[in-house]
Amino acid sequence: MSNELQAEQQFFVDTPARRAMRRFTRHRLAMLGLGVILILVLLSVFAPAIAPHSPTKQELSLYRKPPSETHWLGTDTFGRDVFTRLIFAGRVSLSVGLVAVGIYETIAILLGAIAGYYGSKLDWIIMRAVDVVMTIPTMIVIIFLVSILGPSMYNSMLAIGIMGWPEPTRLVRGQILSLREMDYVTAARSLGLPAYRIILRHVLPGVVAPLVVHATFGVAGAILLEAGLSFLGLGVPPPTPSWGNMMSSAQTLNILERVPWLWVPPGVAIMLSVLSINFIGDGLRDALDPRGMETG
Amino acid sequence: MTKYIVQRVLVSIPIFFGITVIVYALYALAPGDPLAMLLGERAMLEMTAEEIEAARESLGLNDPWHERYIAWFSRAIRGDLGYPLTGGYTVMELLQQRIGPTLLLMATAFIVSLLVGVPMGIVMALKQYSWIDYLVTVLAFAQLSIPSFFLALGAMYVFSLKLDIFPTSGLQTIGAPFSLWDRIHHLIMPSFILAAYFAGVWARYTRSSMLETMHLEFVTTARAKGLRERVVVVRHALRNALLPMITVASLSLGHLLGGSIIIETIFQWPGLGMLGWQATLNREYPILMGIILIASTTVLASNLLADILYAVVDPRIRYD
Repeated sequence: MSNELQAEQQFFVDTPARRAMRRFTRHRLAMLGLGVILILVLLSVFAPAIAPHSPTKQELSLYRKPPSETHWLGTDTFGRDVFTRLIFAGRVSLSVGLVAVGIYETIAILLGAIAGYYGSKLDWIIMRAVDVVMTIPTMIVIIFLVSILGPSMYNSMLAIGIMGWPEPTRLVRGQILSLREMDYVTAARSLGLPAYRIILRHVLPGVVAPLVVHATFGVAGAILLEAGLSFLGLGVPPPTPSWGNMMSSAQTLNILERVPWLWVPPGVAIMLSVLSINFIGDGLRDALDPRGMETG
Repeated sequence: MTKYIVQRVLVSIPIFFGITVIVYALYALAPGDPLAMLLGERAMLEMTAEEIEAARESLGLNDPWHERYIAWFSRAIRGDLGYPLTGGYTVMELLQQRIGPTLLLMATAFIVSLLVGVPMGIVMALKQYSWIDYLVTVLAFAQLSIPSFFLALGAMYVFSLKLDIFPTSGLQTIGAPFSLWDRIHHLIMPSFILAAYFAGVWARYTRSSMLETMHLEFVTTARAKGLRERVVVVRHALRNALLPMITVASLSLGHLLGGSIIIETIFQWPGLGMLGWQATLNREYPILMGIILIASTTVLASNLLADILYAVVDPRIRYD
């Protein structure tokens, strides 16, 4: 190797992380999604500062006013500002998505690592549990759970979190099964490292990439689920606004036809955020695993 | 082959028991006194403590949980799923009444989603990285991202309220005698909206599966033989690319049913989904248990069927 080349490589080392980053930033749809979701997150985080009105204070003289200069997206049946409620609802919907996915990915890492690393009986039990929960239609059980626990934001997070773990558990287990056979893991084992340390320091890092991709799509799915639950009146209960429960009044044909500003903005907000997150997930998948894994 | 089938059936048995345990556990977790649900709060106020205790004892409510589970299981397996609080039907009769409309809706949506999604995926794979690939990708992602109830409300607004082409709700025109056209007319909007999400799933799936297959050696061989591109794509690549879809399609059954809860509720489609929603609002747990049990068993059976079917069409599977 010539000196010149060596010098060049000292300045720029093309690590896998850098390559992944480059692939991600070149993914146009992912960049678009990242931009949109950033705006939505900022609007949600700074909602109290940005919102022109109160999200819950009722003003009956402002009954279902169409969009105007003071109320950009009009007012609802209780005279509340729709735009204000929309950005406050973003806090609820986005955090339900994040927390629910956080719950089930944590369960998945624990169970998947145990099943994949220890194998045998524990593996059989955990994988049969995965089969069972995957066979049961998620939405109906989530509805059952919410009706037992009572509709609330935290219970929606919990119900979605409890039902989401089988798929990522399979993912983690499969990944660990193949990593377990790697020479460096054998080396770690022959050095006498305890199992938890091998799992935590040497095996789990290899699981992170596919799990991040899965979790990103998961957040999009969880936001859709929460919106559906709240729309049916089984998720976040009013007066707390969520994108789903803002739309449930449109189940009456009168509101559907005459007061479109009540149901169109939250619907667009759900679609925009879910679409953006899905784009980001697609970009991450291309960046972290160029061979491409399936699932939508 | 027989060995493979027997093996798959044996694996399904513990899963079936697992499902019944979870269904029963949900019921056991539910708040409220089963006796009060059965007799009504008012009837209980008129009873003495001894009478209540005697009723509990005779109904087996004082037994340990595993005995109650076994009692429930042995009744459920014979089709006795109990009684709902209102109405003169048993849970089983209610489910039988409601399953038809749901199956009609799900089957139509399933076929529509395949007819839309698979061609989308083929077009994307054949024109990879072209503008049309981009366009269809964005469309497929839009299908995956739009909440079904928003799509339903939008479709109702446009097609029912403004253009007056399709009815907003129901299985058929109220009071009119049954006619096939009337049924189809009511079916179109809910089934297409339910299909939208799954069309997106199939499109994404077909795309990646096709891209993988197109790089395999037998496709190169087919090309080298001088076959027309059309024959290569349809007869050689597509057939193999769609094989794994058998499994994916069977797994989607449960999601289809979940999706039909929202669609049926919006369109007042009297199927299992709408029944489930009403049962939730009224806390009619035996109905919910029945729906989950029927739905899970159906998914389990279809997964089993898919496994066997897959082994029939792809002999490699049997030697795993």
